[in-house]
Formats: sequence, C-alpha cells, structure tokens
Amino acid sequence: MYELNAIISIAYRDVLKFLRDRSRIVATFIFPFIFIGVLGGSLQSNLGGEVGFNFLTFMFTGVLAQTLFQSAAAGIISLIEDRENDFSQEMFVSPVSRYTIIIGKILGESVVAYLQAVGVVVFALLIGVPMVFSQLVWLIPIGIIICLFGGAFGVLVMSQLSSQRAANQIFPFLIFPQFFLAGVFTPMKHLPIYLFILSRISPMTYAVDLARGIYYLGKPEFNRLVIYNPVLDLIIITIFTILMITVGTFFFVRNERNR
Amino acid sequence: MINDVIVVNNLVKKYKKAKENAVDNVSFRVRKGEFFAFLGPNGAGKTTTISILTTILAKTSGEVKIAGYDIEKQQKEVRKNIGVIFQKPSLDENLTAEENIRLHAILYGLYPFAPTYSQMPATYKRKVAQLTELLDIGKEIFNPIKTYSGGMKRKLEIIRSLMHSPKVLFLDEPTSGLDPVSRKNLWEYLSGVRKSRKTTIFLTTHYLEEAEDADEVCIINHGKIVAIGAPGKIKNNGTRSLEEAYIKIIEEDVRA
Repeated sequence: MYELNAIISIAYRDVLKFLRDRSRIVATFIFPFIFIGVLGGSLQSNLGGEVGFNFLTFMFTGVLAQTLFQSAAAGIISLIEDRENDFSQEMFVSPVSRYTIIIGKILGESVVAYLQAVGVVVFALLIGVPMVFSQLVWLIPIGIIICLFGGAFGVLVMSQLSSQRAANQIFPFLIFPQFFLAGVFTPMKHLPIYLFILSRISPMTYAVDLARGIYYLGKPEFNRLVIYNPVLDLIIITIFTILMITVGTFFFVRNERNR
Repeated sequence: MINDVIVVNNLVKKYKKAKENAVDNVSFRVRKGEFFAFLGPNGAGKTTTISILTTILAKTSGEVKIAGYDIEKQQKEVRKNIGVIFQKPSLDENLTAEENIRLHAILYGLYPFAPTYSQMPATYKRKVAQLTELLDIGKEIFNPIKTYSGGMKRKLEIIRSLMHSPKVLFLDEPTSGLDPVSRKNLWEYLSGVRKSRKTTIFLTTHYLEEAEDADEVCIINHGKIVAIGAPGKIKNNGTRSLEEAYIKIIEEDVRA
C-alpha cells in the first residue's frame, strides 16, 4: 500500500510538472503539427490521388503512435536530469525502492504522453484529417500499451547513459531514425533487405504498426499499410517491454550506486 | 554501543577508474544527539563519505551502521531514520512549497496520497500550519518554489527533512552560497532543532566558525582522518580559532 502511494505521488508529480510548463506543452505539439499538418498535408495534396489511400489519415495514425512512444521514452530519460538536479536526490534517499521510482516514472510519463496524444487528435480533427471515430476509440487502450512500451525503451536507454549531457547527445540518434524506420511517414511493407532488418529491429515499428493495425482493421487499406497482424505486434511488444524493463532496471539500480 | 548512532569502521571507497581511494580506511563514531562536524578541503572525501552514509553510493569495503542498521543490508531502515540536506538544493522548482512537503511526507509513508492539499488529513494540515509559522510565511506556502529566496529554500529543505523525525540529520555544506544574515538565521533555527528534538547532526562545511559549537570535529584530508576530537582539543596546538587550527593541521599534513 505504501509503495503504491509512492508510485502514484511520483507519477502525479510528473503530470503536474507537465501541466505547469507552458513552453514544454507548446514544444511537444510542434512536431506532430509539422508532421501531420505540413508534411501530411502537402503529400496528400500533391500525391494523394495516386497512392490509393488517404495520406493524412495514414500519417496521423503513425504520428499518434510515435508521439506516445517517444514522449514516454523521453520522459523516463529525464530521470537522469532529475538525478543530477532537483528532486530525485530526495527520491533516492527516501525509503521507497528503486523499482517503485521507475514504475512511478513510467506511469507518470505515460499519462503525460497520453495528454499529448489527445492534443494530436484534437489538432487532426481541426485540420480535417479524415478518420473513423469508432476505429479511433479502439486506440484508447492500445495507446496505453504503446506508452508502456515507450517507457520500457526509455528505461533501457537511461540505464546505459551516465549523464544528462550523454542523454541529450545520444537520445536523438536513437529516436530520430526510428521515425523513418518505423514507417511513421511511409508504408514499410516492401523493403530492400538492409532496410528490412533495420526497420524490424526498431522498437517503434511495432508501436506504429499496432496502432495502424487496429485503426485499419477490416478496411481495404489494411493489407497495403499494415505489416503484421495486431496480435503478433502485441506479442512482440509484450516480450520487448518485459525484456527492456527488466534489463534496464537491473542496470539502472546497479550503476546508480556503483560508481 | 547503543549510544552510538553512527558507527563507521575501516570505510574505504575507491571510484571506478580512480587510482587512489577517495575514502581511505576511515573509522569514527557519533553519539546520539551529538553535533558532529566533518571538515576537510575540497576533494578530501567529505561528500563521498556522506553519500555512502546516506545509502546513495556503494562502499568498497568496511562497515557502516546508522541508528543500529547496516547501510547495505538494512538500507530501507537506514533511510527511514535519516534526513539529508544535499549540497545542491533538492526542491522541485515547479511545485509549491506545500507540494514539495506533501510529496516528501507520502514518500516516507507518513500519509496516503491525495492530489490536493484540501484532501489531506487534518494532522497534516496542522503540521503545515506549524511550518508556515516557523518559516514566518503565510499563504506563500502555496507559491511555487521558484519565488523563494536561497535562504528560504534551505530552511524549507531542513523543515522537510525533519517531517519524518529522523534520528540523524546529514547536512552537506548547507550554508554555501547564502548571505551572512541568512546563514545566521539558519543556524539559529538548526540549534533550536537540536535542543528541542535532540537530533544528531552530521555537518560538512567550509565555514569553520559554524563548527566551533560542535561536540566533535573530524578533519579529513586525501581520504584519511588527520585529526579528531572536541574543538578544544583540536585547538590545543597553540591556535586560537578552529580555522587557524584547521589550516595548520592541513598544511602540516601536506608537508608530511
């Protein structure tokens, strides 16, 4: 019960911090707006007629998954910054276990990611991205899974980085290529072998594919745009998540005290 | 001894990739209710020692017991019994003072989680009211930490660290960066805490006059203890102030 209270309060702090940080709120919406509004909009207007599916919708589902995944991952990595600065020192000398801190952090950053995703959906509605609302509702539970998956990825990355400086330099290289390899902007169904390998080892691929798999379920575009059966995506994500959290937490707890 | 709240035996810390030991075979004891000053030049191993004693850094070898609990095997018990004021402020700037305190109280298991102040139990609210009185502020307790002065922040951190009534309060250079008036204020407050609560204080500082009142002074250099005893005993080498004695001891140690 005590650890549960601690988990909730650690998570709550992350959400409060996000809601009070206006510049961060604005910053988190800039990329989705550029991706969907500018990139998606221009592609749809110029090439949309030839591809045989709606590019805006395609892009929107991809960006939604990418936002959830990336935001949760980046949020976890902020634990490094916390450790160097303000409050985490305080968390780390308190009697709560390290596992509690990590679980609380994943939970908090998942909620933050979710709030951002809601913003993306509202924006997409405003600019008139064609979407089927009943399909979208299915993405609510799926979104939670993607957040946890992104959080697990964040834990693994964080456990291998020692300082905020290292995190700031390395994290973009780990996340940015995944935008393209995961097929946020383009279908990844047919690929040359080297791209195929890179794409399939990018965790984000499965997050994006799961979101699309659910959204396009039972639609004519499904076979062209979705790589795997959603059940398979779900199995892969579950295995990845458990592995990354276990390995990441192990190294994080060990490295943190053994300097 | 039951009366020893801190027991350190042959403590050694060697950082990865380091050639020398940061803390080199250090042993000392701190009695219950004592004011213990841990002094030494920059890089002498003060913060390393305090980090090990507060369980955030693993030792290389030796034995450390805090309030009767082993820092390695009974980490959780140790943490429940200590309060820590870090060199760098550890308040959350985006939260209000009250939220910082609430978070601390929940993390230490004093109260269950509640999202707002008004939903917290009456005992907690009474405690917060006492704190605002102590800090001599009113509604400001609900303002973000960003709006607080350096001295206020430190005071708030000390108040926060006393919420769970720790047996030992660790203070790592608590007054660095504060102006003389704030420093004086803080010390008046701390000596009050010592007298009323009988809390053991473990202090590191570069302001030697702050250690004049200590029951015991321990000076380390290059990870080794070079002098230990009551301030009167340390000053026995023909010096008038602790500062003079300290400088003499450190200089002699460098020559040796």
